[in-house]
Amino acid sequence: MSHEDTLNPEVMPNEPEKATLEGKNKFIGLWFFLGGETVLFASLFGTYLALKNSTNNGPDTQELYGLGLVFLMTMILLTSSLTSVYAMYHMKNNDYKKMQLWLAITAVLGLGFLACELYEFAHYITEYGFTFRSSAFGSAFYTLVGFHGGHVIFGLCWLISLMIRNAKRGLNLYNAPKFNSFSLYWHFIDVVWVFIFTVVYLMGKVG
Amino acid sequence: MPDLVNNKVNSYQKQKNKNEMKKQVISFALMIFFTLIAFIIVGTGSMEKMFAVPVLFILAVVQVGFQFYYFMHLKDKDHEMPAVMIYGGVWAALLTIAGLGVITWW
Repeated sequence: MSHEDTLNPEVMPNEPEKATLEGKNKFIGLWFFLGGETVLFASLFGTYLALKNSTNNGPDTQELYGLGLVFLMTMILLTSSLTSVYAMYHMKNNDYKKMQLWLAITAVLGLGFLACELYEFAHYITEYGFTFRSSAFGSAFYTLVGFHGGHVIFGLCWLISLMIRNAKRGLNLYNAPKFNSFSLYWHFIDVVWVFIFTVVYLMGKVG
Repeated sequence: MPDLVNNKVNSYQKQKNKNEMKKQVISFALMIFFTLIAFIIVGTGSMEKMFAVPVLFILAVVQVGFQFYYFMHLKDKDHEMPAVMIYGGVWAALLTIAGLGVITWW
């Protein structure tokens, strides 16, 4: 049995993402990475909390934030988390076309989220003169929220290259772990966003 | 074994996947519900800051729990190592926040 046959079995195992040693390693490795990401974001959250009142006579959190757009962004990202769950559901049922379809929907939602975030930043900069350099609050805000946005950009690039690269391959034991790793990463982005909308926007609006 | 020909998943496994998906849709609905509560609390200003902040925080933690345990399958078997990784990360995260808090306000 050649290597190629091992990766394309006649009967797909129940968990194609963890059927090979490489798949198992990717799975553990990605969780290890997410543990590290947690600490990275914690340090950015801690910095933001420490500096959010240092506004340098600029707008404070209550003046600046609007709930409408943040609510929309939350719904978009939360839904994209569910659509990537659907993609993994179809992966486990070995339905490659439907998996690709749901991943495409996830990508569109991710782009929608990103568009909202860019609009938000542009709005702050042009309407309020609130920039990265205008105050310590500004620096901390853009670093934290921008880092999350950067993760969304990276996730989108990852997803789109995975989809294009494997477009004609079909699902096999070689690419199933890759799709699964992406979906775990995407859920983690949503986890970080839950804390951002709670700690930054909602608590900022409360005072 | 007719399944072998078109490389399809057997019906038992299919049903199992379906049940799992159902649970995930329910957790999604709950997450939306918690988000709505959080936004309503802040949007209506119906709660004092002293109560609102811990309530918002608890709502976020519960939501993240659903995300980890259902969407990311932390509840499934063979997830001991991922749990070690992520809780290790959460522990270090708490220490980081506590450390930054102490040097700022104490």
